[in-house]
Amino acid sequence: MPEFTMPSLGADMTEGTLLEWHMHPGDVVHRGDIVAVVDTEKSAIDIEVFEDGRVERLLVEEGTKVPVGTPIAMLGPVTAGAGSQPKAAPARRASPGPRVSASPLARRRAQELGVDLEVVRDNGSPGVVTVADVERAAHPEPAAARPKEPQRESRPEPPSAPTADRAASMRAAIGALMARSKREIPHYYLESVIDLHGVLAWLADLNAGRALADRILPAAVLLKGAALAAREVPGMNGFYRDGAFEQQEHVHLGVAVSLRGGGLIAPALHDADRLPLADLMAGMKDLVTRARTGRLRASEMSDPTITVTSLGEQGAELVHGVIYPPQVALVGFGRIVERPWAVDGMLAVRPTVTVTLAADHRVSDGHQGGLLLAAIEDRLKRPEEL
Amino acid sequence: MNFEEILELVRDRVRQVAPEVEASKLDADVDLRRCADLDSLDFQTLVELIAAATGVEVPERDYPQVRSLRGMAEYVCARAG
Repeated sequence: MPEFTMPSLGADMTEGTLLEWHMHPGDVVHRGDIVAVVDTEKSAIDIEVFEDGRVERLLVEEGTKVPVGTPIAMLGPVTAGAGSQPKAAPARRASPGPRVSASPLARRRAQELGVDLEVVRDNGSPGVVTVADVERAAHPEPAAARPKEPQRESRPEPPSAPTADRAASMRAAIGALMARSKREIPHYYLESVIDLHGVLAWLADLNAGRALADRILPAAVLLKGAALAAREVPGMNGFYRDGAFEQQEHVHLGVAVSLRGGGLIAPALHDADRLPLADLMAGMKDLVTRARTGRLRASEMSDPTITVTSLGEQGAELVHGVIYPPQVALVGFGRIVERPWAVDGMLAVRPTVTVTLAADHRVSDGHQGGLLLAAIEDRLKRPEEL
Repeated sequence: MNFEEILELVRDRVRQVAPEVEASKLDADVDLRRCADLDSLDFQTLVELIAAATGVEVPERDYPQVRSLRGMAEYVCARAG
């Protein structure tokens, strides 16, 4: 992996500002290390590295804004000396298709420069090939033209966007993504009311025996139910990309977090279906806290496979959600409300929640969607298995 | 601590949980979830902060009594040593 590029931290991100480097030339980095902080329209994100390597060069100075996919550092093999030449980019996950997706401008530029678009794609430009990809392919030794390594002593102060700007840019980013969702995704909507009497009584008993800091909130229970159901029912957990649905095996549950002062962010709770309830609660708490203080990680931003929005105690009774592309489903939980409820031919008062599903008709239909809601209800009826 | 001091302490902890809210202007009798926009996670954090400061741990079944600034302060006042 010679090139470390500006990652895409969600379908709505087109460029990012490199705020801080946490690695320097000569450092050995390991998969999962946080090596940089990138500022997006929404917040500052910790960037992890996905392979082991040794840092050869930093190509972008702190404070620089670059498009997604721009190389920002060169990494070499761990064993090689720091001065070794970077090797040519290996073909990364090349998926030869009948036609290369490229912007019109990129096609024209490719023609001008005599660059083969298929080669550009196969050399590791996932998604649509851009002008930058083409120009990079035309000039395979770009390092000389790039700014030299930033000098630590004289680095510029990381620009901290004023709050008003942040709110405006976040609103614009949400608007752009949701507009794309509504334009491209044929949504259908289902709803169902679930009796929570059993699960809440079970939870109250569980919490009575737990320390204050270990209490589990109903929100965590709802998330777990949704995660298990998403694993069970096909066509809900995954991505719709390039005209096809890609079912995902892992359930990385996007958790919609409303930010104080406005805005919304939906980072992933990884493998939520496999987390014991206590761990899921701790993970949710950590995720919400970091979302609100702007310390999310790149992997959390880029890979939610299905999103859940939970309106909470003061929210509305139901939500018809908008799907986050490229995901194909969004589960919404309204406020928990007491309702008259028929039990064994008698009328009772029960705590209930209205759960909704917004799903992508290109991938599933109402029957499948209904199965998902039924699976959530079923899971919540058997809380001891959560 | 007297009641006023405890009320001020609760106000201060609300400020920690919801920094964008003008805690000094909150109506002491209104549900904090509404007036300070606390969600269930925020409320739990508030209960933890109060416990750390006063030693009073509010059990879940008593949450309905402590939803407002005054409710919380009275609850703590009656139990703090």
